[in-house]
Amino acid sequence: MARTAKNAYHVPHAATWPMTGSVGLTMLFAGFAWHLNGAALGSELMAAGMVVIIVMIVGWFGAVVAESEGGVYKRWEDKSFRLGMAWFIFSEVMFFAAFFGALFYARSLSVPWLLGEGSGASTHEFLWSDYTELWPTNGPGDLGESDFHMGWWPLPFINTVILLTSGLTVTWAHHAIKQNHRQQFIAGLSLTVGLGFLFVFLQGVEYAEAYHAGLKLSSGVYGSTFFMLTGFHGLHVTLGAIMLSVMLARALRGHFTKKRHFAFEAAAWYWHFVDVVWLGLFLFVYIL
Amino acid sequence: MNAHATTAHHHGPAPGLLRWVTTTNHKDIGTLYLWFSLLMFFIGGSMALVVRAELFQPGLQIVDPHFFNQMTTMHALVMIFGVVMPAFVGLANWMVPIMIGAPDMALPRMNNWSFWILPFAFTMLIGTLFMEGGGPSAGWTLYPPLSLQGGNSLPFVIFAIHMMGASSIMGAINIIATIMNLRAPGMTYMRMPLFVWTWFITAYLLIAVMPVLAGAVTMLLTDKFFATSFFSAAGGGDPVMFQHIFWFFGHPEVYILILPAFGLVSEVIPTFSRKPLFGYDSMVYATASIAFLSFIVWAHHMFTVGMPLAGELFFMFTTMLIAVPTGVKVFNWVSTMWRGAMTFETPMLFALGFVVMFTIGGFSGLMLAMTPIDFQYHDTYFVVAHFHYVLVPGALFGIISGVYYWLPKWTGRHYNETLGKWHFWLSTFFVNLLFFPMHFVGLAGMPRRIPDYAVQFADFNAIATIGAFGFGFAQILLPVIVVMSILGRKKAPARVWEGAHGLEWTLSSPPPYHSFSPQPVVRSRII
Repeated sequence: MARTAKNAYHVPHAATWPMTGSVGLTMLFAGFAWHLNGAALGSELMAAGMVVIIVMIVGWFGAVVAESEGGVYKRWEDKSFRLGMAWFIFSEVMFFAAFFGALFYARSLSVPWLLGEGSGASTHEFLWSDYTELWPTNGPGDLGESDFHMGWWPLPFINTVILLTSGLTVTWAHHAIKQNHRQQFIAGLSLTVGLGFLFVFLQGVEYAEAYHAGLKLSSGVYGSTFFMLTGFHGLHVTLGAIMLSVMLARALRGHFTKKRHFAFEAAAWYWHFVDVVWLGLFLFVYIL
Repeated sequence: MNAHATTAHHHGPAPGLLRWVTTTNHKDIGTLYLWFSLLMFFIGGSMALVVRAELFQPGLQIVDPHFFNQMTTMHALVMIFGVVMPAFVGLANWMVPIMIGAPDMALPRMNNWSFWILPFAFTMLIGTLFMEGGGPSAGWTLYPPLSLQGGNSLPFVIFAIHMMGASSIMGAINIIATIMNLRAPGMTYMRMPLFVWTWFITAYLLIAVMPVLAGAVTMLLTDKFFATSFFSAAGGGDPVMFQHIFWFFGHPEVYILILPAFGLVSEVIPTFSRKPLFGYDSMVYATASIAFLSFIVWAHHMFTVGMPLAGELFFMFTTMLIAVPTGVKVFNWVSTMWRGAMTFETPMLFALGFVVMFTIGGFSGLMLAMTPIDFQYHDTYFVVAHFHYVLVPGALFGIISGVYYWLPKWTGRHYNETLGKWHFWLSTFFVNLLFFPMHFVGLAGMPRRIPDYAVQFADFNAIATIGAFGFGFAQILLPVIVVMSILGRKKAPARVWEGAHGLEWTLSSPPPYHSFSPQPVVRSRII
């Protein structure tokens, strides 16, 4: 497959959005850091940075969508996008791996050691000899004074059903667009978006319940791992649902054909990724 | 004919400074990375000189201990994330598309962003030095609880690390997509130059571990500001947990800092030996093996911290296993030179220096790999000697070798060979003067990261400091030689070195702004 000037790879020029993104990112992070240090105007700078980043995302993706609809991208460019998205998702998997690693380490090593197992025997004996709680635990310091355990029933189970169903509906939408059934495509996509936001809403309800019962980020290592894992997952579900909403808006405008709809597929891949992460969470955070 | 594509390919650089801000051209971005890396090299180097000046004599001489700790911490962060990694990415940007016959990088806009995050991230990082409480001072590894007890710098450092991580991940994704999608017809995987191969594998390491670092520092942030207990025993967590997560990133990171240098040396040695690389296939498999092993050796950084015996043994054996593929590589480099018609231009000198001195660092690493021996060496200057041997005459010499090798290709002008040789010999003399005595003081028990020391270590420390200043000032030759080459008159031909093979030598020196349209057709490994 020799590539000649006829089907040259598209190299865009004069990119201004990346610099906008760098400025926004710096404002966001510097503002957040100042805010954490208790300095004035930190949160304002942070909010301004967020606005710049949103403008950048809209502008950058807008330009790419316009190029895509203008027929600039052929199969060759398409493959780059596919590789980019696939490896981006892999990097996200590794981000979650760090937090799952913390959960496994706490449950199978640090807490048993604090209980006197293995090489932690003297810590138990001399510092916290009356500590007996295995899991969930707020630690030998009884932090936050709550060891409320988030059960898997009913909300997390309902959320599992919702997310798995949304995985089915997004696949239905994918099959529909491949057969050029636009009505079904839009219906499947709408259902997925709806289920996605429903999941986020129910997760919020669950958080309110947990907070009510006294479970917080500050409730020892159980609270830390519970909120950080489900929190980052919820954030990713929200992002995925926003991506799918954009795809829905594009579908309603007549974008995508039965052959060319990678943006939708990328969002669907991302959706399956948050789905799989949730299954890990459901098993390791809620059930076991 | 697609009009858009055609105009795109006859498009020159934009005029003025805006060219560098908005560029999507892999050569421009490679150049930006390389200049950035050079600037950071002198900033990070100055910090090292502050450390060495303080250590010239026992007792507190020049800086207070808190500032000394900031210097050791920042020196490491700047050298790792600001010098070696950007230099490798810069070389990859310039050379990988050319070496595989690609029109550009696969995702050119993202390529721009990967670079342009860095100046902002480093402004934020280095800016912490001027804050209340100063910059980070708990070491680049940011171990809690110490790292959580500093001044205002912590969130800035953490966010700077997040930004550098985002930049690295985007850069790595781009390199993978370029190599997988944009190779010229006939450029099969097993025909790719070794530099491309080592970067391909390095890119996977980056995508796999930079997010883990992001997770680790995020947990530091929430432990400090949002009352989580990941690293607090009172809450059921464990400070040692941070070390495990950090070094799960940290050890592959060490190979991120060396694998592309392996690739560079594997390009340079065949050229100046006028022989094809010995054992190409085994080089590829050895690189992949080293990358795989890097994920299961991390706790050798933590032998003394407390671990079940089975853990100590497992990590000791896996670590020693790394010597096997690394030995294969050194064997192959030496065998490539065996009976070759060798000449010793500057790139070759730096590559040879790499092979010899990296191997010294490899051997001291093998000593450190043994758990009972590490119990004595841990946190002494022996460790400092070890990793500086693999990073300075290792990674850095690899980078400098690559820079001299391709400099005439980039500028279209020869560099001054005499000055280049001076650069090599001065660097090599002083780098050994600097780091070799550290083995001795380390074995004798001098601890690292402390601004004062017992008097019996005084002589070797004075020698090391002389070496440090000598090495530091010798490096001024590098930008001088580069600028002289840019402004020079002596034009370089397309194939700069008579023994050089590869697609980069089929293009003019300097290559056109947009190389390879249409793509070349590759028929064998040796071009």
